[in-house]
Amino acid sequence: MSGTLYPIDESDLSDAVSGAIGPLQILGGGTRPIGRIIKAQKLSTEMLKGIVTYEPGALTMVAKSGTPIAEIQTELAAENQRLAFEPMDYRGLLDTNGAPTLGGVVAANVSGPRRIQVGAARDFTLGLSFVDGNGQLLKNGGRVMKNVTGYDLVKLMAGSWGTLGVLSEVALKVLPASETQTTLEIHVTSWEQAVGCMSAALRTPFDVSGAATQCDKYGKIGVLVRVEGFEASVVYRIEQLKAKLFEFGNITELPDPWLEVKNLNSWKPLNTVWRISVRPTDALKILELMRLLQKDRGFQCQLDWGGGLIWIGLNVEQANDVASCTQVHESLQALVATLGGHGNLIKSKILSNLDITHFQPLPRAVSIITKTLRQKFDPRGILNPQRMS
Amino acid sequence: MEMPQPNLEVLRKKLEIVTALLEVLPREAVIDNPAETKAYECDALTAYRCPPMIAVLPSTTQQVSEVLKICYHHEVPVVPRGSGTSLAGGALPTVDSVILGVAKMNKVLETDYENRVIKVQSGRTNLSVSGAVEEENFFYAPDPSSQLACAIAGNIAMNSGGAHCLKYGVTTNNLLGVKMVMMDGEIVEIGGSYLDSSGLDILGVICGSEGQLGVVTEATLRILPKPEGARPVMIAFNSNEVAGTCVADIIKAGVLPVAIEFMDRPIIEICEKFAKAGYPECEALLIVEVEGSETEIQDQMDRISSIAKRHSPIELRQSQSEAESAAIWLGRKSAFGAVGQVSDYMCLDGTIPVSALPQVLRRIEGLSKKYGLKVGNVFHAGDGNMHPLIMYDANKDGDLALCEAMGAEVLRLCVEVGGCLTGEHGVGIEKRDLMEDQYSLNDLEVQMSVKDVFDPKWLLNPAKVFPLSASENRRLG
Repeated sequence: MSGTLYPIDESDLSDAVSGAIGPLQILGGGTRPIGRIIKAQKLSTEMLKGIVTYEPGALTMVAKSGTPIAEIQTELAAENQRLAFEPMDYRGLLDTNGAPTLGGVVAANVSGPRRIQVGAARDFTLGLSFVDGNGQLLKNGGRVMKNVTGYDLVKLMAGSWGTLGVLSEVALKVLPASETQTTLEIHVTSWEQAVGCMSAALRTPFDVSGAATQCDKYGKIGVLVRVEGFEASVVYRIEQLKAKLFEFGNITELPDPWLEVKNLNSWKPLNTVWRISVRPTDALKILELMRLLQKDRGFQCQLDWGGGLIWIGLNVEQANDVASCTQVHESLQALVATLGGHGNLIKSKILSNLDITHFQPLPRAVSIITKTLRQKFDPRGILNPQRMS
Repeated sequence: MEMPQPNLEVLRKKLEIVTALLEVLPREAVIDNPAETKAYECDALTAYRCPPMIAVLPSTTQQVSEVLKICYHHEVPVVPRGSGTSLAGGALPTVDSVILGVAKMNKVLETDYENRVIKVQSGRTNLSVSGAVEEENFFYAPDPSSQLACAIAGNIAMNSGGAHCLKYGVTTNNLLGVKMVMMDGEIVEIGGSYLDSSGLDILGVICGSEGQLGVVTEATLRILPKPEGARPVMIAFNSNEVAGTCVADIIKAGVLPVAIEFMDRPIIEICEKFAKAGYPECEALLIVEVEGSETEIQDQMDRISSIAKRHSPIELRQSQSEAESAAIWLGRKSAFGAVGQVSDYMCLDGTIPVSALPQVLRRIEGLSKKYGLKVGNVFHAGDGNMHPLIMYDANKDGDLALCEAMGAEVLRLCVEVGGCLTGEHGVGIEKRDLMEDQYSLNDLEVQMSVKDVFDPKWLLNPAKVFPLSASENRRLG
């Protein structure tokens, strides 16, 4: 296999795909090696970079897919704006190098804690250009905030992990950065209380922009509740929330903990990690299953999105044999199949070489639709084949 | 408006199809008498009318599935219909079609406050979704101006927006799952009460597909806690341009109002006459609404006012009470009705980058002179979603055609400045033939190939969204 292809513009990208004689592994910065990755010719969008237009007054930015997220964030910060969906940086958790790119973030629909308030990457992607499996350059959406002209392929492409096309350009909606933030930590004594507390916070009209948990080294659970906005507003809302949430436990104010909540850098040493998305109150069923399976071996857990996002992690002592680790994996995906949602394997030294389903298997009807859609976008099946399986 | 030639074979089999439908539906749910099918001849785009061959009103997902199986077998075109409030002709029938109305399916199936979701049948009206969760102080955010009448099914088909979507997003940002019946009768569930499904975001492409991929019978929607309060500021300017700059400055300053509405002189005058809202005499009026507690509202209103004052408004009114808020909104909310009182009109909804606002308004004025048709503009300025109302006389020969021609020019202008043909009403039949102005044939081809996946025989709402010439081969099989 020859070295990585680095197309320098859209026509070059189009040629690279149409000229491919076998499968391609599509890369941005290469910071998220998640899913099934088969041996293939690598194609990187890293040379397709640069901000094309940025209109702060219209809250929109258009940039090439290979543009590093860091560059975009710097540019936005200069105008006191931001990517409100708070994309997670996987480098710490997955121990990868490189620079996360805009294309990668959209292709994997990467979002962070603020998703519960403002939406995910897919909700902030206004339009995009991409090259399909035939090498055809296509576009969908635009660069305006509201657009229902034709089918919304933007959503379909967002989170398709490069299996339907290679993104070349993305138009984003951006939002003003908030003047200030305050985070409360509520010290609860059980996961039931943690989920109840987050649900109570999210039921208030106080625009909570983060509801997650964080465990200390003794396993004590802290519920984190964030409020952002103008100073006066944040002060008011925090006081109201304290009054509402004190019944769940002692409350303290914390210095900004959200970088760690979002990126899980401290989970780097863990050898196996799953990312699960279910109905928030179903988080308790996932945890109950884990307790049953792991018994005294234990496991790490972080809830985000009010319980709707569950990170499960095992360290070397907790996951040292193939059989029990496989059982956890299969049991999690089986339970999620009955609850609805997804349970994806994010990393595993033990499981990654086995023939397992990294991504949550699809229900039959959805699986047929998915397969047929892929055939339309990529008839030769060369774009990141099997990545989402 | 050109519509495809009817399938004569289908018309010939009408009796056979009715008989088959009566086997799966009660008598009153099958409407085949021409005097009664006339009730379904148009939606809110009343300039175009055509009664369907048959209309059916199923009560369950299973019945929808049975109906579609019959239509699939006989290759009958099916036009799904919510409440028939589409402004784009999304529910306009063809003579050989079956209208499939979901209006009878309007139940709330589940309210789940802990997880902040509601599951409803798709015929339920938008406003009554909020009504169902009001007791717990929740609401459903997308608020199209037809919300009293429009159905969730239609909201999903058109990915409807509304005045408050600057903060809360449109339907696609608030839709978590659907139960949908495919054209061959298969029932599928996509998404649910959680944020991330597994696999591709199929829900994302179903939302906004104008009833061409399947018939949605149930929807799981995100509900939100109601803000403590909301009040508007009204700001009047002597020029559209300055009002446009003020909008951009408010947004840049980091205030994110829930709504920024913009009205120009012709609309202000018509509304004032109709509703007597007490609007000042001016060229442009902004209504900016903010939410929160009393203190928060005041804080945001002061920020907005101080930005606005830099642009020398001729009047600035901060609402201090419910009554004042109602007065400020009165004119805006009655805008469409008020224009309807003085003239027939066509309402477009092209969206433009906010920065192009002054330029586009100037050019629309030029087009108005060129065509000799009066135009009023009332729109969601925060997100660039224009609503030019082109006034014409339906009784005057050639006026509708003139209005259509002017509408097409306005929409091309929106595309030219970097915008799009439709921000929230959908393409339907109205903008179908302009699609090539926004998309290349290849771009349209890939969209049509998505329909091929869900509806290979192209029976669901087939003459919409895509130019007839582009979809011809597929429609004729």
